[in-house]
Amino acid sequence: MSTIEERVKKIVAEQLGVKEEEIQNSSSFVEDLGADSLDTVELVMALEEEFETEIPDEEAEKITTVQEAVDYVNAHQ
Amino acid sequence: MTEQQTQENLQGRVALVTGASRGIGRAIAVELGRRGATVIGTATSESGAQKITEGLREAGVEGQGMQLNVTDADSIAQVLKTITDEQGAPTILVNNAGITQDNIMMRMKEEEWDSVMDTNLKSVYRMSKACLRAMTKARWGRIINISSVVATMGNMGQANYAAAKAGMEGFTKSLARELGSRNITVNAVAPGFIATDMTEVLPEEQKEFLIKQVPLGRLGKPEEIAAAVGFLASEPAAYITGETLHVNGGMNMR
Repeated sequence: MSTIEERVKKIVAEQLGVKEEEIQNSSSFVEDLGADSLDTVELVMALEEEFETEIPDEEAEKITTVQEAVDYVNAHQ
Repeated sequence: MTEQQTQENLQGRVALVTGASRGIGRAIAVELGRRGATVIGTATSESGAQKITEGLREAGVEGQGMQLNVTDADSIAQVLKTITDEQGAPTILVNNAGITQDNIMMRMKEEEWDSVMDTNLKSVYRMSKACLRAMTKARWGRIINISSVVATMGNMGQANYAAAKAGMEGFTKSLARELGSRNITVNAVAPGFIATDMTEVLPEEQKEFLIKQVPLGRLGKPEEIAAAVGFLASEPAAYITGETLHVNGGMNMR
């Protein structure tokens, strides 16, 4: 069973088309991984599906790094 | 099947057409169905929805009518969920539902302005937003907004309607820019004077005056608008986005 962190990184890699080993916990989706605004929306959609949760828009806007995504999932499991 | 036919085929796609119980919307629903799409047509009343279901069945089209109020976000969410569960998420959206509340400006009530804006323009925001998730996921989508010749020409007594339709065309271009990278095209079709219930109510005198300004010398048929929509939904139209296709018998050449 993968950890939440591994699952988040896998999704980030798939959605943004980057290699998993390039992804750090501190990586910013936009600054470091080259996401545009539409990519970040789709990333949140993918996280919602993977973790079977609904992330409200106000919360989604605060998720800008890998760590923030992991933290959100941990807090809402 | 020739290659051309294959390319025009919408088999396996779900199309959602608002305001499909009569006129242009009904013709669009049938045309998309003829091209192979499963078609959901919406109407504000249950009897309208029933009529759509029967009309589609008569035309040999797969799909059904559903009751939907395009000014109500909850109604939209509910209908979208039902369609997604039963037929699959729509990746073709035709925003056709619209009303008129004509009046000269000096007599136009705020309610007349607001209701036309809400039903004709804000509804396009609501419907598009509700459908975009599935389209971005599919990396394929078609949004086709039914505008009007009055968006570019203006029309006495229709300041509200013309403003809503012109707004729709600006919306179309912005959305086309936002969604191009996801292979979603967003276009508008601007009909001229088409023989429908909406134009039927015009005084005979005004109709004659209008026809005189149409080089082709007649009103258009709903099917002639539907043909343009069918084309924009098809694969050969994949490189057209942010465009308004004018179908008006030449009354407003650009």
